[in-house]
Amino acid sequence: MTPIWIAVLGASTTAFLNKYIGHLVPERWLNKPRFMRINTLVPIVLLSALVGVQTFAHKKELVIDQRVAGVGVALVLLKFKAPFPLVVVGAAITSAAIYNWF
Amino acid sequence: MANRLDPRRNPVDRTALSVAFTVGLYGAAFGAAGVTAGFSVLQTCLLSILLFSGASQFAVVGILGAGGAAISAIATATLLGFRNALYGLQMAPILKVTGVKRVLSAQITIDESTAVATLQNTDADRKRGFYITGIGVYVFWNLFTFLGALGASAIGNPSVWGLDAAVPAAFCGLVWPRLINKTQFLVSALAISWALFLTPLAPAGVPIITTVLLAVIFGWKK
Repeated sequence: MTPIWIAVLGASTTAFLNKYIGHLVPERWLNKPRFMRINTLVPIVLLSALVGVQTFAHKKELVIDQRVAGVGVALVLLKFKAPFPLVVVGAAITSAAIYNWF
Repeated sequence: MANRLDPRRNPVDRTALSVAFTVGLYGAAFGAAGVTAGFSVLQTCLLSILLFSGASQFAVVGILGAGGAAISAIATATLLGFRNALYGLQMAPILKVTGVKRVLSAQITIDESTAVATLQNTDADRKRGFYITGIGVYVFWNLFTFLGALGASAIGNPSVWGLDAAVPAAFCGLVWPRLINKTQFLVSALAISWALFLTPLAPAGVPIITTVLLAVIFGWKK
């Protein structure tokens, strides 16, 4: 099996277990204040790290290219409460324009 | 026929369907991201069918696309998906389902279905909101994943179409609504700095998964 297949099937399995566990276990098992605080921060750190890496990394190097402009536009659109599809399209158009014309 | 879907008369149906459609559109960005990262159309669609949790799906294709190992992708996706377990805790006493119905309800226990359910005032409406949103997102998300993946396969160089910026923009869209107070902004900035610092030094995927330490440090004390 290729790494992609392992990731697709492995992550799908754990995703379902995550969802199913919640429906199965008594609430007091998971509802602990410290655990809840950490769990609120987990998506924030992981998604933020992904933003950083996907914007600046090219393999193992850090670069500044058209993606930075695209993400900048995305942040401005989010600030003005634009809907998600518009945020993604705005970033893509900006990045493509810079890539193709400069 | 109180059970029939009627977005004109029933406000729960209206909210649920509009959320389902808007979020579903986002699936096109995921489909394109999957193919751009080197996944086949089938593999990309299977993530939407089986994994079905946006942030985790983007993480899997983002990490493997950057050359990360399968285990980093699985670990990151699993940690991101743990919030769905907490949604299940909230929904289980309202849905009261067992067997196959519980399995299917678990699969559609995601951000959107839980959010629409918690906005309602009665358990009947919560249930209705949960199922219409969950099933609606499932249908539209998968449809648009397929279209986005097909579209991206017809494209040669992803940079020409700006797809290289669409993926980090999608992550911005996922993290933005979670940044409410100052601590959360600070933790977000630290996570970005940490990941960029480690990028030249550690194997791909490691700079991302290790930011969980920041969540533990900042979440430990009140």
